[in-house]
Amino acid sequence: MRTEMNDLHDARRLNADLDRIETEPYYEPVGGEVALFEAAWASRVPVLLKGPTGCGKTRFVEHMAWRLARPLVTVSCHDDLTASDLVGRYLIVDDQTVWVDGPLARAVRSGSICYLDEIVEARKDTTVVIHPLADSRRILPMEKRGELLRAPPEFMLILSYNPGYQSVLKELKHSTRQRFVAIEFDYPRPDLEARIVLTETGIDAATAGRLVKFAAMTRNLKGSGLDEGASTRLLVHAAQLMQRGVAARPACTAAVSLALSDDPEMLAAIDELASAVF
Amino acid sequence: MNWPLQCSRSASRSLHGQSHNVTKRTPLSQQELEEKLDDILVAALSSRRSAAAIAAGIAPLSRAQQDFVLSWAQVAAHNVAELGYQFTAQAPQALALLGQPGTEKWLLRALDVYDKQGLYPACAALKDLVGYKRGSDAAGEGVALAGVARVLELFLRGLSGRRLLLEAADDTWTDTEIIYLPGRIARYPAREQNFRLYKAIAVHHWAQARYGSFNIELGPVLADYPVPERALAWLNLLEAIRLEARMGRGFAGLAALLAALRPELPASLVPVHGRFLRADSSVADSVLLLREFYSLPLPEPFPYMGSLHPQRAAQVRGERIAKERRALYTELTQLRLKLQAGRAEAQEGEPELDAESSLETLEFELQADGEAVAPPEEVAKLLRSIIQDFGEIPEEYLLASGPGAYAAEAPPQGESAGGPAETRAAGGRLYDEWDFRRRDYRKDWCVLFESEALAGDPAYVAAVRARYAGRIAQLRRRFEALRGENRLARRQHEGDDIDFDAAVEAHADRRSGIEPSERLFVQRRRSERNIAVMFMVDMSGSTKGWINACEREALVLLCEALEALGDRYAIYGFSGWTRKRCEIYRIKTFDDSYDEAVRGRIAGVEPRDYTRMGVAIRHLAGILNQVEAKTRILFTLSDGKPDDFHDGYRGEYGIEDTRQALIEARRSGIHPFCVTIDEEARDYLPHMYGPASWVLIDDAGQLPLKTAEVYRRLTS
Ligand SMILES: Nc1ncnc2c1ncn2[C@@H]1O[C@H](COP(=O)(O)OP(=O)(O)OP(=O)(O)O)[C@@H](O)[C@H]1O
Ligand SMILES: [Mg+2]
Repeated sequence: MRTEMNDLHDARRLNADLDRIETEPYYEPVGGEVALFEAAWASRVPVLLKGPTGCGKTRFVEHMAWRLARPLVTVSCHDDLTASDLVGRYLIVDDQTVWVDGPLARAVRSGSICYLDEIVEARKDTTVVIHPLADSRRILPMEKRGELLRAPPEFMLILSYNPGYQSVLKELKHSTRQRFVAIEFDYPRPDLEARIVLTETGIDAATAGRLVKFAAMTRNLKGSGLDEGASTRLLVHAAQLMQRGVAARPACTAAVSLALSDDPEMLAAIDELASAVF
Repeated sequence: MNWPLQCSRSASRSLHGQSHNVTKRTPLSQQELEEKLDDILVAALSSRRSAAAIAAGIAPLSRAQQDFVLSWAQVAAHNVAELGYQFTAQAPQALALLGQPGTEKWLLRALDVYDKQGLYPACAALKDLVGYKRGSDAAGEGVALAGVARVLELFLRGLSGRRLLLEAADDTWTDTEIIYLPGRIARYPAREQNFRLYKAIAVHHWAQARYGSFNIELGPVLADYPVPERALAWLNLLEAIRLEARMGRGFAGLAALLAALRPELPASLVPVHGRFLRADSSVADSVLLLREFYSLPLPEPFPYMGSLHPQRAAQVRGERIAKERRALYTELTQLRLKLQAGRAEAQEGEPELDAESSLETLEFELQADGEAVAPPEEVAKLLRSIIQDFGEIPEEYLLASGPGAYAAEAPPQGESAGGPAETRAAGGRLYDEWDFRRRDYRKDWCVLFESEALAGDPAYVAAVRARYAGRIAQLRRRFEALRGENRLARRQHEGDDIDFDAAVEAHADRRSGIEPSERLFVQRRRSERNIAVMFMVDMSGSTKGWINACEREALVLLCEALEALGDRYAIYGFSGWTRKRCEIYRIKTFDDSYDEAVRGRIAGVEPRDYTRMGVAIRHLAGILNQVEAKTRILFTLSDGKPDDFHDGYRGEYGIEDTRQALIEARRSGIHPFCVTIDEEARDYLPHMYGPASWVLIDDAGQLPLKTAEVYRRLTS
């Protein structure tokens, strides 16, 4: 949201082409998600991405935006996000009042892909503004302006949602949820995950394989003191450190163990797991 | 209370470790120290006893030492503030006399004394610094199992996903679910080395289960030899070499650890090690080699080796296999239904499952009608465990017909619970129960009686509060923070500050001729939580002892925390004796306040009869649904063993009924959440609690603190 807000304040930089992705973001497909997404896009049905943190949801969206040659507008949701943050508001520029579209309106106008990341963080009254956009009406009412934006066929709305939250206060409303086709993400299969780590960082295949193995072991601890095991993201981080000359064990501690837990015994156990493969 | 001790003790160990790196920081002033100590020791201070004198003693120390003292003071004070007080009072002297590691051990020993003998002897132990010094000079740097057990258990669980417990015993061996090992190791001068030996013992015995040392029947093999004990000793050694070789393939670090601890292999055994490096070496290879080696002189066992008890291991393995087979069958039945429902066109028959697996990596690919499917996590877990016991997934495990040996328990027999009128007359209520075999409810099957719980020892709650004083204060602070979670309410008519966005907007509106809003302020507000939670507490006989004690403590801590939070809550216990007598005990209704009477009833929570969980969930969900609240939570605390006397509730029937009741609760808009204290890690839990969110607490001792924490997380 921060970058979006900065954009907002500069009323002239509202060209959605800025969000166009020029080079192919590397994405390793793990199942039928690419085809599913394309079908949803073609049918103008919005998509909900479900999955644990760091498993490639954001990367996937970037990749799909590139693939479909649509600009991508990303909003990270938080609990202070208001409807006008999304839709737009009047600002004063050079002593003139200027209407400035919010990211959602911009995305609609330009036929972009709009990605609302971590939607459960947003307040429920904010979430409802996407409802008319997410059903067959595909419209965005802009009350302030008395305008009704109709989404062009290329426009697509995507939400992400991490079901790992245990908080009952952060569940997605059914009325929201049932407007979306869901694609479920999980950590990639070991061979694919190793390939991702390797491609992302250039680390050797053997080390990538060990990192993946290490990750699998931490995932075994989910529910026994860990809320989540190591994500692909953390493995990429560890490999990056190693590529810069950090030894394997400290790299695992810094990039993985410490990211997973504050419990000293758990930390010690995770470090021991790293020592089993490195 | 053992666990907070263990866990926080090592918490400080690592703090202490870190402090080596920051010796350059400036020491805290006496004033700063006093403030910190006031916080830590608050319950031990009084008008006659302030933290000032202690602070004065600690002020001259280096910052690293100060941090050390403060972190350990916290640990000691967690147990009871007085220990923290005694420790800090003695700490400067102890540091001078024993050094930092020595001081740590001196305190740990006193905490042990506290665990076993109570406060007074523990304080005496702390005070007798000189006597301790004399004694410790004589002993080495041993490591106690209690201090490393959790780390090693987590470590082993991470290695292959299975739970292995560590227990102190005279004989070192494993039955494949528990590793018995020495309670203390002081073989080497340095702590680090002793820990390595612990780790090696744990790893070696873990490997016996992981790489199938007991996967063939060893009894007849051994009986073939003139001296079976000798054969067993040789087999043990050959297996040790094989396991190390196998680990070398995937776990280089583990193989290196073991190799470093054992002597060079005698020349005759070197080629054996080479042979074992093959990916498919199994215990059968060791059995073959046994012929060759039996009559040769037996080398010394390696330092990390224990003994083999093939028979006992076989028994535990057998029980696990049966249990997992049943669990897998249930899971796969569900999976098949799901797959069938997802099929594009109406295909005949059930989907056919097939799997490829690797013992080496524990990876597998599950296929349904030739297409790869990603199994739910519970299935994956079961399959990984099964691969370890068989080296593969036995084909028949995937057949739709189910295990031949699976003797379905007879469904409950008999007429329904007696006429409604009759039941009402006796003060009972009728509830339906789910019969998974019929896929339908048994109408009016259970009779439920609700009554007020009996009160227990009136002093109980006060005692728990005193014991946990430090923790309760902490909990309350954390919960208060949750409540006071200040939310900035924007666009208010009045408030603490100008809402900048709103002001700009109003200005812009005015200019463009729209009537500007007057809501130009931000207000700090406590967010309206509007949560009602029903705690449902297992009072069945299976909670007897430790679990029950922990449940009661958990309730006290919950109440303390919730009082700070202001959420509406109720507490009910459940138990029962057959479907005709399901009991619900009122401990605190939503309208009761946390008063003397409620506290008495919490003290009175005690194990009674059986656990018919489904009906309890239905009844309490009903009560909860009558409360006006935005969010309703049904929070169950149980040992996760639905069971009843004599009418078939035990096993699958009870599991499925409980699951169904949770589904019903969820459908009615309740958030069910289950906390399970399960020291046996039963495999049906994910299925039974699937419709709810749930956590497993595998050490009852963690329950009191964990429960409150879980609740906090659940609602933040
Ligand atoms: N399938 C994949 N292909 C390529 N890279 C991947 C893939 N999966 C994960 N990654 C790597 O993992 C990193 C984290 O992924 P990403 O940021 O997309 O996670 P996310 O699912 O959006 O997580 P969060 O829920 O925390 O936002 C990526 O930067 C990328 O390096
Ligand atoms: Mg993301």
